[in-house]
Amino acid sequence: MALTFSWIAVVVILVTSIGLLLVRDWRWSIILLAVQYLGMFILTLQHWPFGMASVKLVAGWMSAAILGMTRSNYPAHDFEETGIWPRGRLFRLFAAGIVLLIVSTTTPGVDTIMADAGYAVTGGSLLLIGMGLLHLGITSYILRVVIGLMTVLSGFEILYSAVEGSILVAALLAVINLGLALVGAYLLTAENALQEVESE
Amino acid sequence: MNAPYIWIVFPIGIGILLLLISNQRALSLLGGVIALLLAVIAQFVPIELAMSVGSISFKIDSSLTILGRTLLLQPAEGPLLALIYGAVALWFFGAEASKAATRLVPIGFMITGLLVASIAVEPFLYAALFIEMAILLAIPMLTSIYHPPSRGVSRFLIYQTLAMPFILLAGWLLGGVEASPGDLALAGQSASMLGLGFAFLLAIFPLYNWVPLLSEEVSPYILGFLLWILPTITIIFSASFLDRYSWLRSSPQLTIALRLAGLLMIVTGGLFAAFQRHLARIMSYGAIAETGFSLLALSLNLRLGIPILFLLIPARALGLAVWSLSVTVIKEQVETMRFGAARGVLRILPFAGAGMIIATLSTSAFPLLAGFPARLALWEELARESISSGFWMAIGIVGLLISAFRSLAVISMADEYTSWEPRESMTQRIMLGLGVIGLFILGIFPQTIQYFLSNLPLMFEHLGR
Repeated sequence: MALTFSWIAVVVILVTSIGLLLVRDWRWSIILLAVQYLGMFILTLQHWPFGMASVKLVAGWMSAAILGMTRSNYPAHDFEETGIWPRGRLFRLFAAGIVLLIVSTTTPGVDTIMADAGYAVTGGSLLLIGMGLLHLGITSYILRVVIGLMTVLSGFEILYSAVEGSILVAALLAVINLGLALVGAYLLTAENALQEVESE
Repeated sequence: MNAPYIWIVFPIGIGILLLLISNQRALSLLGGVIALLLAVIAQFVPIELAMSVGSISFKIDSSLTILGRTLLLQPAEGPLLALIYGAVALWFFGAEASKAATRLVPIGFMITGLLVASIAVEPFLYAALFIEMAILLAIPMLTSIYHPPSRGVSRFLIYQTLAMPFILLAGWLLGGVEASPGDLALAGQSASMLGLGFAFLLAIFPLYNWVPLLSEEVSPYILGFLLWILPTITIIFSASFLDRYSWLRSSPQLTIALRLAGLLMIVTGGLFAAFQRHLARIMSYGAIAETGFSLLALSLNLRLGIPILFLLIPARALGLAVWSLSVTVIKEQVETMRFGAARGVLRILPFAGAGMIIATLSTSAFPLLAGFPARLALWEELARESISSGFWMAIGIVGLLISAFRSLAVISMADEYTSWEPRESMTQRIMLGLGVIGLFILGIFPQTIQYFLSNLPLMFEHLGR
C-alpha cells in the first residue's frame, strides 16, 4: 500500500515539476508548488514518522503562501524571458524529457548508494533535483528562480530523509525553506519597487 | 553562562535589536564596541574554567543542546572567536565611513552568529545548514528593497544554495567510507560530492562569476565583508573535514585537487584583474585570488599549511576592509568605476586612492605590507614541494601587481595644474589612515599577530601539529 502511494507521489511530482516548467501564470506556479510539496510529504513518509514529515509539508505550504501573497500585490502580467537561448514550451518539454531519461537511468545506481532508499523515493527526489536545476538554467525571473531552488531542495530533502533522521536537521531545513521564500518575497518586492514608484 | 549563548545567540539577538536603530554613527560605534567586547572575552576569558572576580565566581560552559544536537565551543576555539569578532569589529567601525552601517551592522551580527554556529555544531556536517541560513540573510544586506535586484544577486543565491545539498550528502557518504575504507568507488563519489559542494561555496573557478557581477552592482564595502567572512569560515569548515577523516587527509589526489583549484583561482584572479578596467571588479578578482591562497595553504604539508592558513586570515580581513572602503568612497564621487571615469581621482580622494592601491599591493604580496609574510611562507613551502606550482603562483601575483600599477596610473592621471582638493570626510580619512597603518604594521611586524594566532591550530585534533 505504502509503495503504491509512493509511486502515485512520483507521478504527482512528475506532473507538477513539468507543469512548473511550462506554465506562465504565477497562480498556477504557486498551486503546482503546493501540490509538489504534498508529493514530497508522501515520499518523506516512507522513512520519517508522520509528525516529522508533516513539518516539511507545512513549511512548504507556508513558503508557497508567502510567495503567492507577495506576488499577488503586483501587476498580473508575468515576466517575459528574453535572450538568445530557446525558451519555448516545446523546448522545455523536450528538456524535461531528457531529464526524465537521465533520472530513469541513474535511479538504480543512486538508490544503491543511498542505502536502498527505494526506487520511488530515489526516483522522485532525482526528478525534483533535475527539474529544479533545469528550471534554474532557463530563467532569470526571481519568482521562478526561487521556485527552482525550492524544487531542488525538495528533491534533496526527500533523499536526505532516507539517511538522516535528526530533528535539528528537519527544523533547520524547514527554516531554510521558509527563509528562501522570504528572500524570494523580498526580491520580488524589490523587483517591483520601480513600478510602484512610477504608478504613484 | 554558556559559550554558545555568548558568541552565537547574543550576537543574533543584538543584530535583531540593532535593526531598530537607523543612525549610522550610533550603529557603527555600538556594533564595533560590542564585537570588540566579544573578541576580548573570547581571548582572555577561558571557556570551561572556573574563575572568580571578587566574591563572584563563574564558569563559561562550552556546550548547548538544541533538539538533540549540540553546539560546542571548545576552549581551544577561543582565539578563533577572538579573531573572528575582532575582525568583525574592524568592519563595523568602518561601516560609518562607508555609509552602509544600517545594513551591515545588524545583519552582519546575525550572519556572524550563524557562521560561528556553523563552527560549533556537532556533528560538524550540519555546518552547511547554518552557512546556508547566513547566505539567505546576506541577500537583504546586499540589495535594497527599493531597487530591483541584479543578476549577480540571484546567481549568488543559486550557487551558494546549491552547495548545501552536496556537502550534506557528501558528509553522509564519508561516514560510509569510514565504515568500509576499501570501497574506492564510494570514496571517489563522496570526494566528488564534497568537491562540488565546496566549489560552489568557495566560488572556485569557474563558479565565481557572481563575484565580479556583484561588485558592479552592490556596495563594495558590504560585498567586501561577505567576501571576507564567508570564505574564511568555509575554509575552516573544510579544514574540519580534513581533520575528521584521516583517509581524506592522507589522500594525494585531494592534495593535487586543492593545489590545482588554488592555483586556478590565483592565476585567473590575477590575470583577470590585470586586464580589468573596472576598479570594483579588480577588488573582486583580488578576493578570488585570496581564496586561492587559502586553498594552496591547505594543499601543503598540513603541519605548516595550517599556521599559514591562519596567518592569511587577518591580512585578508584588514586588506579587504581597506580596499572595499576605499572603493566605496571612490564610488560616491565618480559616475562609474570604470578607468575612464576614475581618471585623476587621486587629486580629490587621496586617502581612498592610496588605500586602494596599498590594499591591492598587500594582496599582491608586496613587501612590507600585511599580505607579504603569509604569502612568502606559502610560496617558499609551495616551491619546495613543486617548483612549477610556485611558478604559477608567481604568474597570479604578477597579474595582481599589474592591476595595482594600472589602477595607480589611472587614478593619478589628472590634467596638468589640477589642484589637490580632498573630498573625503574626516571619518573616512581616519578609518582609511588607520587601516593603511595597520597594513604596514602587519607587514613589518608580523610577529605582533602571532600572540593571537599561535594557539589556533589547537582547535583541530590532527592538523597543524
